[in-house]
Amino acid sequence: MADKLFYFLTFLALLSALMVVFSRNPIHSVLYLILTFFTLSGHYVLLNAQFIAAVNIIVYAGAIMVLFLFVVMFLNLRSETQEKTSILSKVASVTAAGLLMVVLVAALKDVNLGTVQPTADFDSQVGMVEQLGKVLFSKFLLPFELASVLFLAAMVGAVMLGRREPGEQNTF
Amino acid sequence: MQIPEVMRTVPLEYYLFFSTALFVIGVLGVLTRRNALVIFMSVELMLNAVNLLLASFSSYRQDSVGQVFVFFIMAVAAAEVTVGLAIIVMIYRNTKSIDVQLLNRLKG
Repeated sequence: MADKLFYFLTFLALLSALMVVFSRNPIHSVLYLILTFFTLSGHYVLLNAQFIAAVNIIVYAGAIMVLFLFVVMFLNLRSETQEKTSILSKVASVTAAGLLMVVLVAALKDVNLGTVQPTADFDSQVGMVEQLGKVLFSKFLLPFELASVLFLAAMVGAVMLGRREPGEQNTF
Repeated sequence: MQIPEVMRTVPLEYYLFFSTALFVIGVLGVLTRRNALVIFMSVELMLNAVNLLLASFSSYRQDSVGQVFVFFIMAVAAAEVTVGLAIIVMIYRNTKSIDVQLLNRLKG
C-alpha cells in the first residue's frame, strides 16, 4: 500500500514539476507548483516526518505561493507576450540538463548508502515536534536566533526595494 | 516502535533518484525559460528536491538533525522569496517586462 502511494506521489510530483516548467501561463505554473508542494508533503507524511509536512504546507503552499500568485496577478502578465527563445538555445539547455541528469545518476547509482534499512529498535518519534524542538533549541540555538536577523534584513530589503522613488510616476 | 511501511518497502535509492529528477527539472526550468518568475519557481523546485532528500535520509537514519536542516532551508527560502519578488517587481516597474533577456545590458 505504502509503496503504491509512493509511486503515485512520485509520478504526480514529477508530472506537475514538468508542467511548472512548460506552462505558458505563469498562473498555471504557480498552481502546478502548489500541487508539487502538496505531493511533497505527502512524501513527508509517508516518511513519518509530520512536522516538516505541516511546515511545508503552511510555509510553502500557504505563504510563499500566495506571494507568488499575488505578484503574478499584480504584474498582470499577458500570456500572449510569448517568449522568443531560439531553437538552438532550447536544444542547448535541454542537452545541458539531460547531461546533468546522466552525470548525477551515473554517480549515484552505485553509491553505498550504508546500513540505512531500519532495524527492530526503530525510533518513530524522530519527525515529531517534541524531538525536533529539543534539537532545534539546544544544538541549533544560534542558527535559530540568526534566522531572526535574516528575516529582519529580508523585511527591510523588501520594503526598501518596493518603495516608490520620490517623483516616480504612479504606474500600477 | 512501528517502522513506517514505506521504509520497509521502498529503498532509499528511490528517493535519491526521485530527488535527482526533481532537481534536474528545476535546472531545466532555469535554463529554458526567460520569464523571471518561472525561473524563480524553478529555483524553488530545486530547493524542494534537496529538502526531500534531507528529510528522507533523516527518517531512514532516525536522526532528527536532517529535518531541522530542512526547517532552516525553508526559513531561508522564505526570506529569499520576499527579496527576490521585490526585485522582480522593481524590474517590471523599470522595464515593463520580466524577461531576463532584457537584463543582458547590466554591467557588473
